[in-house]
Amino acid sequence: MSSDRITGSNPARVAFYNDPKVRSLVYQVVLCAAVAFLIYAAASNAIENLRRAHIASGFGFWYDPAGFDISQTLIQYSSQASTYGRAFWVGLLNTLLVAGLGIVFATVLGFTIGIARLSKNWLLSKFATGYVEIIRNIPLLLQLLFWYNAVLKALPETRDSIAIPGGAFLNNRGLFLPSPVFLHDFDAVVVALIAGAIAALAYYLWARKRQERTGRRAPVFWMTLVLLVGLPLAVFALRGFPLTFDYPQAGRFNINGGVEALPEFAALLFGLSVYTAAFIAEVVRAGIMAVSRGQTEAAYSLGLKPGPTLRLIVVPQAMRVILPPLTSQYLNLTKNSTLAVAIGYPDLVQIFTGTVLNQTGQAVEVVAITMLVYLTISLVTSFLMNIYNRRVALVER
Amino acid sequence: MKRIALLIALAALVCAQGAVAQTLKTVKDRGMLNCGANGTLAGFGLPDAQGKWTGLDVDFCRAVAAAVLGDPNKVKFVPLSAKDRFTALQSGEVDVLVRNTTWTSSRDTSLGLNFVGVNYYDGQGFMVRTALKVNSALELNGASVCVQQGTTTELNLADFFRAHNIQLKSVTFATANEAIKAYDAGRCDAYTTDASGLYAERLRLTNANDHIILPEIISKEPLGPAVRHGDDQWFDVVKWTLFAMINAEELGVTSKNVDEMLKSTNPDVKRLLGTEGNYGEQLGLSKDWAVHIVKAVGNYGESFERNVGTGSPLKIDRGLNKLWSKGGIQYAPPVR
Repeated sequence: MSSDRITGSNPARVAFYNDPKVRSLVYQVVLCAAVAFLIYAAASNAIENLRRAHIASGFGFWYDPAGFDISQTLIQYSSQASTYGRAFWVGLLNTLLVAGLGIVFATVLGFTIGIARLSKNWLLSKFATGYVEIIRNIPLLLQLLFWYNAVLKALPETRDSIAIPGGAFLNNRGLFLPSPVFLHDFDAVVVALIAGAIAALAYYLWARKRQERTGRRAPVFWMTLVLLVGLPLAVFALRGFPLTFDYPQAGRFNINGGVEALPEFAALLFGLSVYTAAFIAEVVRAGIMAVSRGQTEAAYSLGLKPGPTLRLIVVPQAMRVILPPLTSQYLNLTKNSTLAVAIGYPDLVQIFTGTVLNQTGQAVEVVAITMLVYLTISLVTSFLMNIYNRRVALVER
Repeated sequence: MKRIALLIALAALVCAQGAVAQTLKTVKDRGMLNCGANGTLAGFGLPDAQGKWTGLDVDFCRAVAAAVLGDPNKVKFVPLSAKDRFTALQSGEVDVLVRNTTWTSSRDTSLGLNFVGVNYYDGQGFMVRTALKVNSALELNGASVCVQQGTTTELNLADFFRAHNIQLKSVTFATANEAIKAYDAGRCDAYTTDASGLYAERLRLTNANDHIILPEIISKEPLGPAVRHGDDQWFDVVKWTLFAMINAEELGVTSKNVDEMLKSTNPDVKRLLGTEGNYGEQLGLSKDWAVHIVKAVGNYGESFERNVGTGSPLKIDRGLNKLWSKGGIQYAPPVR
């Protein structure tokens, strides 16, 4: 078409197979067909091979009884009554738990170390440098094994458990905490908490509007504290403290009752957080250094102190640089959680592509499901991070 | 690493065609037998410091190589974890799986495997610290038990505790190594696996005398070699290798006297050693296939005593694994 315009009234006749549009369309159709054929051929070949080798296939196993035990279950699970499908959900929740908490801890630690590395305090910045260089240069698997053995070796046996005031115990089988038992009237406290949160948010919005209009500041922090903590506490007291605790008790072999955090979980969570924090620290440092020094100097000359300068001027601008690589670190952490296999934490890979795959023998189905799950988790994480990224991205007018 | 191996095996499962049939010809053409073995279990499959593999299961692989290729050293041992072993056999990475594997109906049918027989009758037991003063597995209510993943052990454990209505906290590890290390570090009160494995693993603990093996045997664990489903010729070869070893013991043929036995007039011995009839050729092997086997690894009894019995550090009693004629249940159909 563009050639029409150039040659004016004398349109050049181009053979259709020389038309770039037609060509690219043909190439794409051919490529798609080839890929589709490849997938089809691989799938039908696999099905045929499985059938010939008399290996069971299909997803019927999902409803078969599992018959094995799992050490950490966030939902109801028992070896006799639960199915392989239920075991899948147990594993998925365990993965999400360790990944979710790991992301929170790694972020907090990573931001702290990253900022510390830029500190003018010589000791602090050298410590942060040492942390980053040591932690990110040792393979994660080794670190996990190290932490796991450190946990097991350092803590005492069940018999010599460390009793923590308040009814908790710590030993090499884990950390045992009293678990709260909510009595009937506790609903009112939850309602008070929700109401307090809404009121606090409303107060914050009102205070911000007023400050923008009049310049007067309101005691937001104290009001939030009163609404979020004071109100529920008051209701809690008025209702006659409707809460008791299930205290862990020493049994013959183990400590029973309460909630327990397994050493496998602690080692994995700690290892993942510490490792990923080293990378996040570097991302944060890069982001802060990307903000021109002139910004800081301008803030100082306006009379801002270093704290507010960092919080109000530098970090918001640095976030634009930090967010995309930060997302990758979150995805890495989630995927690295599969190393749980090495230290016996029952994550999705350990339970599903480990025990379930072996018991059912259906490698193709089980591995496909697992890959799909990790893909989904990663895509959802990046989707959420992209929304946040769009909010902080530079808006050009 | 393991995940990569699994993925490669899976890819092979998707792509490979015709890997199922004609294993005998493939092995002969290759001049090498690929044998899936344990790699970490003393007495069954374990390479020593020089990289030389030893064990009851390892001997069986050498016997198959001797029968098929005439040389017990033409074996490539592939160490497999419990959870990856079946995929390795299904995908053709190994020709035969001899990895203290329990014969169960679901493995025989839905995994596309065929078990050729039983080379060790075993049962699951428990090991605990002496200091716990536990005398029976039934006293383990509320105990933490370390167990290896992808085994019948894992299922029997849950069954046993359920059947006796006692509480259990199982801690599952991907390999026996990790499980036993965690037990040694005090993570669990008890360690459970097949009784033969308990004797072997106990020797690796920091202080073997601080641990006892409880008397209860909670399951039947017939351990045997397995091949892929759908290749009857190869199935027969591997099956009769096992029977030849057992028959040799029954007929008194040993690695030391096998040359003299070639002159024997006993018709059973003559048929086994190929001095009468063509039973080896019927299997697709040479006439003197059984001679190669016995020369390489000895008869079943010799192999047993050398690897797990009186001649080994494990000192396991033959028990059920005695010949049927001596009070055990090892029995092989006759060669004729």
